[in-house]
Amino acid sequence: MEDQSGETVVHVDGVTKTFATRGGEGRTSALEGIDLVIRGGEFVSLIGPSGCGKSTLLRLIGDLTAPSSGSVSVNRKTSHEARLGREYGIVFQAPVLFDWRTVEDNVKLPLELTGMDRDQRQGRARDLLELVELGDFMRHYPYQLSGGMQQRVAIARALALQPALLLMDEPFGALDEMTRERMNSEVLRIWQQTGTTIVFVTHSIPEAVFLSTRVAVMSARPGRITHLVDVDLPQPRNELTREEPRYFELVTEVREALRGRGSGAGASAERLAAEGGVG
Amino acid sequence: MTASSADAGLAPGLPRRIGARLGYYLPALIVLIVGLVLWEALTRAMNVRAFILPPPTAIGSALAENWSGGQWSLAPSVFATLQEAIGGLVIGTVTGSIVGFAVARWGTARDSVLPIAIAANAIPIIAIAPIFNNWFGVLNPLSKMMIAALLVFFPVMINVTRGLSQVHPSALELMRSYAASEMTIFTKLRLPNALPYFFTALKIATTLALIGAVVGEYFGGATQVIGRVVVQSASGLRFDVTWAAILLMSIAGITMYLAVVALERALIPWHPSLRGEEPS
Repeated sequence: MEDQSGETVVHVDGVTKTFATRGGEGRTSALEGIDLVIRGGEFVSLIGPSGCGKSTLLRLIGDLTAPSSGSVSVNRKTSHEARLGREYGIVFQAPVLFDWRTVEDNVKLPLELTGMDRDQRQGRARDLLELVELGDFMRHYPYQLSGGMQQRVAIARALALQPALLLMDEPFGALDEMTRERMNSEVLRIWQQTGTTIVFVTHSIPEAVFLSTRVAVMSARPGRITHLVDVDLPQPRNELTREEPRYFELVTEVREALRGRGSGAGASAERLAAEGGVG
Repeated sequence: MTASSADAGLAPGLPRRIGARLGYYLPALIVLIVGLVLWEALTRAMNVRAFILPPPTAIGSALAENWSGGQWSLAPSVFATLQEAIGGLVIGTVTGSIVGFAVARWGTARDSVLPIAIAANAIPIIAIAPIFNNWFGVLNPLSKMMIAALLVFFPVMINVTRGLSQVHPSALELMRSYAASEMTIFTKLRLPNALPYFFTALKIATTLALIGAVVGEYFGGATQVIGRVVVQSASGLRFDVTWAAILLMSIAGITMYLAVVALERALIPWHPSLRGEEPS
């Protein structure tokens, strides 16, 4: 993969998104005045309450839905051209593996769609599954794997075409807390190994802080980006990062931003520590 | 979740499997044998008249005497009916699948065909059977096949439509993220997704096809079919023969069902309903 650090990978410019309300009389505003620039190699989390449009914003970047106004570009093309060029990978909350395909064949799906030949597909699928540490499970069917393992297969599939951009929509929302933390470390490792830019939707504050280089905090009705929090925790991060004072400070900062109170300066260290583990 | 627990879904040794199978069917077998013995003993002890309930041994001997010859020719009759049922199953499944495809693919097909199909399904089959006999010839097996096909059509059509349309919304988004064409989405996602639905319908359809064929026969037709044997033996008070005919039909139905199950196992071994043990 070419090194794209510093270059603009995602540019969301003055985007609004409205939906017809039920019954069709009026329109509700899902997103309003969204401006966001994401550079190569960044890990940006979108966090906000339910209904703030964070998943909609992710879908706009992926051209799975169109903005009502404004524009979205990916890799300096329109998001539409980027989708047709298969320039991003996507992971959903559900693994959406195809039941009728083995783990290996699920990962090969995007490779088949690009017309890669059989031998190359085989080698690439093996590499990808080794990347997510599932090399021993190639011939298993999805139902034979745990939820966390299934999601790792979904990540391998999303990385199959070596995309410059990985979109993740609450990928670990359905997992238990311990599995989720393990998956977080896994994603960080993959992010560092591949250099892929990641946009990550979550409603977990600790997850957003632990993973991201930047956290975009959103508010609901209309969906807006209210704060951009730079996460200056050093890389590489590991389980000890979760115990650092700076980590707790940032968790508090994001939490207070979510409450609409600006920066978290002034909170006492004890309260920070007490709140750190709460998602 | 470890490697060993994921492997738990794989087949254990053959002897163990046969043992497990026997263990699985043993209670049902015991109930069956005890039931037959009670049936025999009670009908004899209480001197139940044969036209109310003949003992199993009487049914057995009626079956033996009339297997391929005798007055009733049970085996040829069952085969004739089975042919009608299978013919109807094929016609109904093919047309049901084609209409199901169309309904899943085109909104206009859904809006125009679906109400008619639902209305057709609401017609009691008993009411339409004499008319089909008239249309397709009372002596022509095709008339019975068409009655069976009418019964089979609806569940197949509905299930194929469902299977093709009810794909996970995220799976559709995934395919769109890869800029997959409608055709690719159809072959790689919708079609495999529809297979379990299709087989569910086919299993119901085997029973329906047999019912359709026999109902058609009740309203007249060739004499060597199981529906006529039932009607005539019952009116002649030969209920031992009637019971023998019912027994053979039930065996025919089970055979058709098992054939579909075997096909299902061969084609969609990945489906949840066919998984052996669940991994822990």
